[in-house]
Amino acid sequence: MIYQLEFGDLLPYWDVLAAGLLFTVVLTAVSTVAGVALGTACASVRTFGPKWLGYIVEVYVEVVRNTPFIVQLFFIFFGLPAAGVMLTESQAAFLAMTINLGAYSTEIIRAGIEAVPKGHIEAGVSLAMTRWEVLRHVVLKQAFQKIYPALSSQIVIVMLGSSVVSQISAEDLTYAANYIQSRNFRAFEVYLVVSLLYLLLAIGARALLRGLGARLFPKE
Amino acid sequence: MADFSFWVILSNLLLAARWTVALSLVAFISGGIVGLGLLFLRVSKIGWVEFLTKCYIEFFQGTPLLMQLFLFFFGIALFGVEVSAWLAAWLALTFWTSAFLAEIWRGCVESIPRGQWEASSSLALTYIEQMRYVILPQAFRIAIAPTVGFSVQVVKGTALASIIGFVEVTKAGTMLNNATFRPFLVYSLVALIYFALCYPLSAYAKFLEGRLHAAR
Repeated sequence: MIYQLEFGDLLPYWDVLAAGLLFTVVLTAVSTVAGVALGTACASVRTFGPKWLGYIVEVYVEVVRNTPFIVQLFFIFFGLPAAGVMLTESQAAFLAMTINLGAYSTEIIRAGIEAVPKGHIEAGVSLAMTRWEVLRHVVLKQAFQKIYPALSSQIVIVMLGSSVVSQISAEDLTYAANYIQSRNFRAFEVYLVVSLLYLLLAIGARALLRGLGARLFPKE
Repeated sequence: MADFSFWVILSNLLLAARWTVALSLVAFISGGIVGLGLLFLRVSKIGWVEFLTKCYIEFFQGTPLLMQLFLFFFGIALFGVEVSAWLAAWLALTFWTSAFLAEIWRGCVESIPRGQWEASSSLALTYIEQMRYVILPQAFRIAIAPTVGFSVQVVKGTALASIIGFVEVTKAGTMLNNATFRPFLVYSLVALIYFALCYPLSAYAKFLEGRLHAAR
C-alpha cells in the first residue's frame, strides 16, 4: 500500500502553528538582544577587564561552546530547581538561549575587538576621551562593523537550535508540531510543513539582519 | 528500588557515551563522504547542478537538526520500513553534516587562486583530474582546521538523537535522572562528558588554525 500524503489535515490547527511561530520569533528576538548584550560585556571584560574575571569568562565560553544546547537546557530546567532556582518552561528557554548565544557572541565580538588597531585606542585616549567613550565609540563600533556577518549567522543558528526548547514543553514551533502530530497522526506532513516554516524563518531572519546591517553600518 | 551511588551513575553514563562516540564517528565519516560528493557538484560550474546542490545545502542548513531527525524517523516509516532510532539518527546526521562540510569545503576551494584552475585546464586536465591533483591537495591544507572545528558540532548534534529515543549519553542522563531524582548531579556529569569529548577537538582546531596563519 502506498501512503497518501494529506496536508489538509493540518488546516484546523493553523492557530496552533501561528502561536508556535510567534513564540519562536519572540524567543529568538529577546534572547538575541540579551545574548549579544551579554556577549559584548563578556568580550569587553575579556580584553580590557581584570585577569581573574577574564578567566571566568573564558571558562563560561568554553563550557557552553563544548556542550550541547539540550544538555544546557535540561541542566537549567531540571537541575537548577535542585539548587533552589525554580523557573517556568519559558523562563528556562529564554535563559538557556541567552546564555548560549552569549558565549558564542563573546568569542565573535572578541575577535572583532582584537582586530581594532591599537593606534585607534591611543588616538581616542589622546583626545581626552574617557575609557567608556573609547570603548563605546572607537572599539565596539568598529568591532561590530567587522563581525556583523558572523554574528548574524550565529543568530540564525541559535534560532534553529531553539527547536529543542520544545523538549521542556516550552510552546514553540516544534512543540506545536509535536502537538498536532499527536492529534492527527500526520507526523510526516506536519514536520515537513514546520521544517519549511523554519526555512522561511531562517531566510527571513537573514534578510532582516542584512537590511539592519546596511542601516547600521552604511558603506563609506 | 535499586540503590544508585555516584559511581553507578557515572559508569552508566560512560557506557552510554560509547554510543555518542560511535554515532559521532559514523555520522562524521559518512557525512564527509557525501559532503565530498556534494562539493564536486557544488563547484562543477554546471548551472542547474550547482542550483540543486545549493537548494540541498540551504534546506539542511536552514532547518533545525531536530526537524530533520523527525522527518527521517517518520518519513522512512511511510514506506512501510521499520526504522530504528539508530538508522534515523545516522541518516539525519549524515545529511546534515554533509551540507555543512560541503559549504565549508567550498569556501576552501574558492580561496584557491583562479590561475590554478586556468593553468590546470590549459594542461588539458579534466574536471575530476583538476580537483584530484591540483585543487583539493591545496584546499585540504586550509580545510583541516574548520573541519576539525565542525566535528564538535557533530558530537553535540548527536545529543538530539536522544529525542527520537536513541540511547546515548543525554538519553541515559534523562533515564538516570528519572530513576534517581538527582538532576543537578546527573546533568552536570552529562555536560562534563560532552566537554571531555568536545574540548580536545576545539583546542586542536584552534591549534591548527594558529599554525595555518603562522605558515602564511
